[in-house]
Amino acid sequence: MACIEARGLRKAYGGTVALDGVDLRVEAGRILGIVGPNGAGKTTALNAILGLTPFEGELEVLGRDPWTERGTLMRDVSFIADVAVLPRWLRVSQAVDYLAGVHPRFDRAKAEALLARTTIPRAARVRELSKGMVAQLHLALVMAVDARLLVLDEPTLGLDILFRKQFYDSLLTDYFDHSRTIVLATHQVEEVQDVLTDLVFIDRGRVVFDRSMEEIESRYTEVMIRPGHDGAARALGPVHERQLFGRTIMLFDHADRRELAALGDVRTPKIADLFVAVVGSQVQPQGAAG
Amino acid sequence: MTTSSNAVLEPAVRDAREAAPAALSPTRPLYWSVRRELWENRSIYLAPLGVAVFVVVGLVIHGITMPSHLPSMLGRETGSLPSSAAMYRMMALLMMVTAFVVGTFYCVEALSGERRDRSILFWKSLPVSDLTTVLAKASIPLVVLPLVTFAAIVATQLSVLLLSAVALLVQGQGVAQFWNGLQLPTLWVKLPYALAAIALWHAPIYAFLLMVSGWARRTAALWAVLPLLAIGLFEKATMNTLRVASFVEYRLVGWYGAAFDVHAGEHTPFHPLTSLAPGRFLGTPGLWIGLAVAALFLAAAVRLRRYREPS
Repeated sequence: MACIEARGLRKAYGGTVALDGVDLRVEAGRILGIVGPNGAGKTTALNAILGLTPFEGELEVLGRDPWTERGTLMRDVSFIADVAVLPRWLRVSQAVDYLAGVHPRFDRAKAEALLARTTIPRAARVRELSKGMVAQLHLALVMAVDARLLVLDEPTLGLDILFRKQFYDSLLTDYFDHSRTIVLATHQVEEVQDVLTDLVFIDRGRVVFDRSMEEIESRYTEVMIRPGHDGAARALGPVHERQLFGRTIMLFDHADRRELAALGDVRTPKIADLFVAVVGSQVQPQGAAG
Repeated sequence: MTTSSNAVLEPAVRDAREAAPAALSPTRPLYWSVRRELWENRSIYLAPLGVAVFVVVGLVIHGITMPSHLPSMLGRETGSLPSSAAMYRMMALLMMVTAFVVGTFYCVEALSGERRDRSILFWKSLPVSDLTTVLAKASIPLVVLPLVTFAAIVATQLSVLLLSAVALLVQGQGVAQFWNGLQLPTLWVKLPYALAAIALWHAPIYAFLLMVSGWARRTAALWAVLPLLAIGLFEKATMNTLRVASFVEYRLVGWYGAAFDVHAGEHTPFHPLTSLAPGRFLGTPGLWIGLAVAALFLAAAVRLRRYREPS
């Protein structure tokens, strides 16, 4: 059974279509990154998965309908929206007590151990903590829950680079164990490149790209073309090209790497470049943005 | 001895822990949701406590600066019902009004506050249903505040009583006559009944405020009060009647006439000769209509909390 199974997921706010027939299947044990421009429908899709918003179409999360069974589903699903959602009046000790009280899969000892690694004072209220500490607190609470699915929506928004690095390191070493599934929406694609196993691009309410990272590595090649070889490279049918420091960088899908190596420096594309190629090309079919 | 018994117990304890997820009692989330409300809204117990301190300190200062009032405060006057007894009943009334104010302010904020600061995203990420959340919030004015109010009233009255007894003893007076004149035990029997009656009678008010709090995007307090005020003023201006106003008045204070056989010469509530009328109270249609409407409002509040999306 897939962890998340969506078919023809639709959601409109008045006349604005936020989700326009999204099909998505996430197997257990995967770490999926959802990337898209602002307003593309990422948060709406996550909200539907979490039972925070009604939707049209079919959606099952861990075999349940999230809209009608949110209360039960949340025993197996954890969620971090962004650092601003922990109630500001809540004390650290109260947060631990409350989760221990309401959550059947919360391990208080684990939460205490994770918090002991930080400098967060136990008696402090959330409003007295720095942004980084709030993120650490939320992560400690979530990691102490033995959930099957963790959903993260811009969890590191506004954090400095050290905290962001620490956040994902902690998540991967102390939490992820291949039986859990993580779904992550973020703009900071460069720091999750090595974290993800799967990648989805959402644009204007539709899934425009859905590949595993292995697939991306084997299919896509980015080449910085040596001067004078642009014509020969173009003949091989790049899906996208851009200019950088006066040189042309082309992205190829299903191309022979050895053949490309003769034309320039070959590498696996970064998520950001792939994103510009896939999503950007729909706006500018020529794809010549630099 | 302890170590060996622990060793025997340990596997059983561990088994119990592992079985815990399935065996989690359904009332546990409700209990912790109520506690969480008390953590956030400390005014629920601090306001009655503040009023209690204010009353006690105020009376002490009054007694010291206005010694001529002392005899009446200490019950040394003639008449069937000394004014000191009325003073103790006014303390109860003051506490009840405080609880009502705290309860209404609480309800207006209860569901809009969590959306405004987006903490609803945290609360909804936990296995607590919207029904449990709304019931926990409704239980604050309907269960918690009446209990707090009763405790605060008794504590205030006992404090004042103690200070009065000290003053009487210092003056070489007996305490027995004073105590008998106050008739506090009959008041303490009436209070839990009155508090329960008020909670049931006011249930639709609190439920209405919770519903508005769940619905309004901002300024829930205005949405709760202004429409009713506008309709009332419109009625007065066009038909020169006060049906809306008398309806509101009935909803606010109608419980007293319904739940008590009011004594003829009564000026302040809870006159010692006023007796309980539970049979009549339970037979009052206004009570049951109010409770039915309250249930509808609460159902609407549950639905609104489910549907209102985080902004």
